[in-house]
Amino acid sequence: MSIRLKNIAKTFGDNSALAPLDLDIGDGELVGLLGPSGSGKTTLLRIIAGLEQADRAPAGSIHFGDREVTNVHVRDRRIGFVFQHYALFRHMSVFDNVAFGLTAMPRRTRPSNGEIRARVHRLLEMVRLEAFADRYPAQLSGGQQQRVSLARALALQPDVLLLDEPFGALDAKVRQDLRRWLRHLHDELNFTSVFVTHDQEEALELSDRVVVMSNGRIEQIDEPDTLYRKPANRFVFEFLGDVNRLEGEVRDGELTCGAARLTVDLDEGREELLLRPHELRLIEAPTAHAHLPVCVTAVSPVGAEVRVELEADWLAEPWLATVRHADFERLAIRRGQHLFVEPRRWRRFSDERAARSTGRAVASS
Amino acid sequence: MQRIGDAPRIRRLLIGLALVLAALFLLLPLVAIFAQAFAEGVAMFWANLSDEYTLAAIGLTLFVTLLTIPVNLVFGVFLAWLVTRFSFPGRRLLQTLIDIPFAVSPVVAGLVYLLLYGRNGWVGGWLDSHDIQIMFAWPGIVLVTIFVTCPFVARELIPLMQAQGAREEEAAVTLGASGWTVFRRVTLPNIKWALLYGVILTNARAVGEFGAVSVVSGSIRGETNTLPLHVELLYQDYNTVGAFTAAALLALIALLTLAAKALLEWRATRRETAA
Repeated sequence: MSIRLKNIAKTFGDNSALAPLDLDIGDGELVGLLGPSGSGKTTLLRIIAGLEQADRAPAGSIHFGDREVTNVHVRDRRIGFVFQHYALFRHMSVFDNVAFGLTAMPRRTRPSNGEIRARVHRLLEMVRLEAFADRYPAQLSGGQQQRVSLARALALQPDVLLLDEPFGALDAKVRQDLRRWLRHLHDELNFTSVFVTHDQEEALELSDRVVVMSNGRIEQIDEPDTLYRKPANRFVFEFLGDVNRLEGEVRDGELTCGAARLTVDLDEGREELLLRPHELRLIEAPTAHAHLPVCVTAVSPVGAEVRVELEADWLAEPWLATVRHADFERLAIRRGQHLFVEPRRWRRFSDERAARSTGRAVASS
Repeated sequence: MQRIGDAPRIRRLLIGLALVLAALFLLLPLVAIFAQAFAEGVAMFWANLSDEYTLAAIGLTLFVTLLTIPVNLVFGVFLAWLVTRFSFPGRRLLQTLIDIPFAVSPVVAGLVYLLLYGRNGWVGGWLDSHDIQIMFAWPGIVLVTIFVTCPFVARELIPLMQAQGAREEEAAVTLGASGWTVFRRVTLPNIKWALLYGVILTNARAVGEFGAVSVVSGSIRGETNTLPLHVELLYQDYNTVGAFTAAALLALIALLTLAAKALLEWRATRRETAA
């Protein structure tokens, strides 16, 4: 079931939580709403669910497929909602939790008890919790509770599954597993889902498309790969990873900032360049195009790459570089060492939402 | 390493002091009540208890309590639901207003009702012309008792419902449940112990209320005399044994209430440790 939002806005008192926005989500798509806290992503999700009403003026509309649901009550929207802290019914067993949607149906449409039992057991099997049917929520781990909550939301075979920070309260390992499992489930059952997260990694890994939000606005909607490689604006670029900044004066195709010099293909004037940590190369001597002397202030060799913190007089705030272990060993990087940086690539966003340009340091290696 | 309060002498001193104070101020009066009630033997106790006016007072007190509890039960749940599940202008003011009966002396409450519903009162004149008597009759007693006890249920529920939040109810609604189903199957089971606790407190206060009731009752023996008022009347009649018999009855109800409360608390902690 596709979801189509048109001109949806929300204000709380005097605060605008969502600027009027449009959003189209395709049938069977898994879409992540990504943004920092206060960006309006949860509000948007709750408006899709009907737990929150969009502003009446300007008049917006919400369609699920061909069905207009703008003024349809939550209970009639046929959505499944998974809450951040699971919101399981604490006084009911796992079985009764999952069965709730079925047992709450009006008597004439309600399936027979036998059928309800069969369906709940099928769902519990799907979330691999058959053995826990008689337990109470408080007797389950966080990951298990979240799976019960998912089974409960899927019991009524909703048109749309909405998840509010579904893995936010879980530890890293469980989160990984559940993410993979949800992706699997989604591909298998093929419902349309929208989930909210503030974790860029989660959004990029799980989603077919990601909606990046800030300040109640949609900044960019794209597939994860496009989003990372072609950020529409500075906010998206900065939100999707660590960023190093280089600010300086450009003259005659060279940007200078104190002792630092970098050959760039830009017009004269003040410029700020943005560089990703993995796009910095550490070398022992400056090149013809890049003279960026730095001093190593911290080294963290944990993980696939070594994280190196760099400082210099010409830098307002420290830079972060990630280097391969091989390079790390070859250069014998240690704290206090003086090195040079050669950027493989940099970006610049002249101003918000304006045209962007990227540069590639002249290949010298 | 010693923690604060671990010094054995200070600990023994404090425990001893607490025990002595509790015995002196709490236990002794209670014992005295029963001692006085039985001072002239069990037969006298029974004679006083089966006195026509005492029985009438017991009956009236129970009647008033039985009317008060359901009213405040519904009102308290409604109020707690309103305050914790909706945000509207004046919500904080309403929360403060709930506490007025706690803050105001019951006598003042009684006087206010007298002013409103008495023969010369604002509403009283109209009622009088329609031959409806509220003051110096059981409706007045019920009204002031409801007023005095109305915060108990709401006060028990509000913090609990605030802590539990609305998520479970929202979850139930997304699963298609109607408002009544949500209340019956999700809200009520979550608040039932607090609700029962509030009812017990309401009951205790409704049975024992003196100040407000004494203003609006007129203390007509056999008609508008509740048990607490009856104690005072008997005492003023120099019928000490009778007064203490009625008092012992009140004390007994209080003890039963405390036992019920302790039982509930015990059950609640047991449930928590089981979960």
